[in-house]
Amino acid sequence: MTTIFQPDHATIAGVSEPAKSRATRRVRGLSDRTIAWLFVAPTIGLLLAINIFPLIWMIRLSFTSLNLSMSYLPLRFVGLDNFTDILGDEDIWFRLQTTAQFVIWSVTLQVIIGFGLALLINRQFRGHSFWTTIILLPMMLSPAVVGNFWTLLLQPQIGPFNYLISLFTGVPPSSFSMTGQVSLAPWTIVLVDTWMWAPYVMLICLAGLRSIPDYIYEAAEVDRASAWRQFWSITLPMTVPFLMLAVLFRAIENFKMFDMVNLLTSGGPGSTTELVSITLKRAAFEKWRTGYSSALAIILFVTVFGAANIYVKALNKVKQR
Amino acid sequence: MTAVLTKSTAHSIVEASPRAKAVAGGLVILYAVITILPLLWIVATAFKSQSDAIAYPPKVIFQPTLEGYVNLFTVRTRQTPDFIAKLPPPETWYDKLVRQRDMVIAGPSKVVPRFVNSLIIGFGSTFLAVFLGTLAAYAFSRFRIPLADDLLFFILSTRMMPPVAVAIPIYLMYRQLNLTDTRLGMILLYTAVNVSLAVWLLKGFIDEIPREYEEAALVDGYTRLQALRKVVLPQAVTGIAATAIFCLIFSWNEYAFAVLLTSGEAQTMPPFIPFIIGEGGQDWPAVAAATTLFVVPIVLFTVLLRKHLLRGITFGAVRK
Repeated sequence: MTTIFQPDHATIAGVSEPAKSRATRRVRGLSDRTIAWLFVAPTIGLLLAINIFPLIWMIRLSFTSLNLSMSYLPLRFVGLDNFTDILGDEDIWFRLQTTAQFVIWSVTLQVIIGFGLALLINRQFRGHSFWTTIILLPMMLSPAVVGNFWTLLLQPQIGPFNYLISLFTGVPPSSFSMTGQVSLAPWTIVLVDTWMWAPYVMLICLAGLRSIPDYIYEAAEVDRASAWRQFWSITLPMTVPFLMLAVLFRAIENFKMFDMVNLLTSGGPGSTTELVSITLKRAAFEKWRTGYSSALAIILFVTVFGAANIYVKALNKVKQR
Repeated sequence: MTAVLTKSTAHSIVEASPRAKAVAGGLVILYAVITILPLLWIVATAFKSQSDAIAYPPKVIFQPTLEGYVNLFTVRTRQTPDFIAKLPPPETWYDKLVRQRDMVIAGPSKVVPRFVNSLIIGFGSTFLAVFLGTLAAYAFSRFRIPLADDLLFFILSTRMMPPVAVAIPIYLMYRQLNLTDTRLGMILLYTAVNVSLAVWLLKGFIDEIPREYEEAALVDGYTRLQALRKVVLPQAVTGIAATAIFCLIFSWNEYAFAVLLTSGEAQTMPPFIPFIIGEGGQDWPAVAAATTLFVVPIVLFTVLLRKHLLRGITFGAVRK
């Protein structure tokens, strides 16, 4: 025991100064370096096996004309044909546009509602904790199950949604169909997504609002800054990093959106709500165009990966506060 | 908005005036009520009869029945009233309920096996992800690992990929390995997705445990592993539990991989629920009953997780 007390306290802290402590450490079991690798390796190994190896395989397939419904054909390499096909395909650009519109509108609405709710909840009225929990429920649910039960709620004949609308507007409930009408379906997926995810933005904004120290407001009061001025000069700027985080996360998630929309409208009517993930699913798992869909998947990967990079930088920014 | 803009000269801006609080409370409660209505409607639909569920106009007041739940758990065949009259008297309340509709129960439905799949795959992948995640998180938190930031980014980025895109090569790989439509295949896949969340969350939790405790233990002659087991893990228990619940919720709710990679044997609840079919389309009371049973654990978990929710949904970036 006494020998261990000899090196100064900092060296025992860990690997920062391994030279001195390693000798004593090795006597008492595995070295820190061995433990570090033993602990990290299984996770990295699993991710390599389940994510990276298949990804590399897919990159190879994206240069082939493989079609699983005709897998008896020999594997033929077609170079960059799949990529030029996709990038020259008007339909794909249209789907990307549909997806972008979905992302922009849903995230915008979620930010407005989420931020508004956070400001209200931050007033700390009685029972705010209970009501906050209620508001948070939708985002914890399975998106697929949500998409499914909203089809019942939005049925023009038997669903309650149209009745509520007609109660307030006088429009006959069976005269419009939220999921079946070209003009309404894109808004329907935005609506349901906002119902689900506005609480997400709210929760993050609430953390932002609570991170603002009281003394800043007190100083503003002393300076007789108006409430309006305080909002624009203190509340908003200090919440922006949190808001950015929420926006980036929602944007990435909605860019990948598949489950909720697949069950709510399955891309219809026509292809008005066909997000790019749904197109990909059809190409890969209905038409079985594996080569082509691999190429499309890679294009999506690159897009998401780029966004993820920005996302992680934003994470670090918030963390530093 | 209005509440924020309310001028508060008499009160400190930090503590809102009673009127501002009342307005804010009213608006929030209004939103909460509107947002919860769809869920309440589904819970109510589960207790409606088939005809009440598709009534026109929709019924708010109805005679509650357990038919939806009975239909969810059974497969029934339609019979003539004569045939049913000849049968021995119904043995159970649900036999009786079904016979009122000129049906007899032919056997159990697939809902129980699907539910069991959800449980096995959910708990299996959660256990693995939390186990691997705890080890990796501890290493990232306490040791100097070369390229640690890049590895952490790599771990996170695997979760950013669109599930449908990931499913394409996984489908091909699993076909070769005979893992399609198996629980093991789904457990491995969900573990891979969850481990990224587990590493990031747990690293945050372990970072918060002061190193001094372990140092003291090491000084007392513990090995690293003993210190981890007897000092760090007990301190990290809450964080580990919260992480486990997040992993469980993900596996429980996941749809894209489940629908693309399973068809029967290993199918979980989310792809199953929309295809609960009655005579002439979706059997809404049964679908609603399944949805209710499926959602109840999530509601309980949400209440339990309330404190850690923020951390979980931001990969530990925002703590409070």
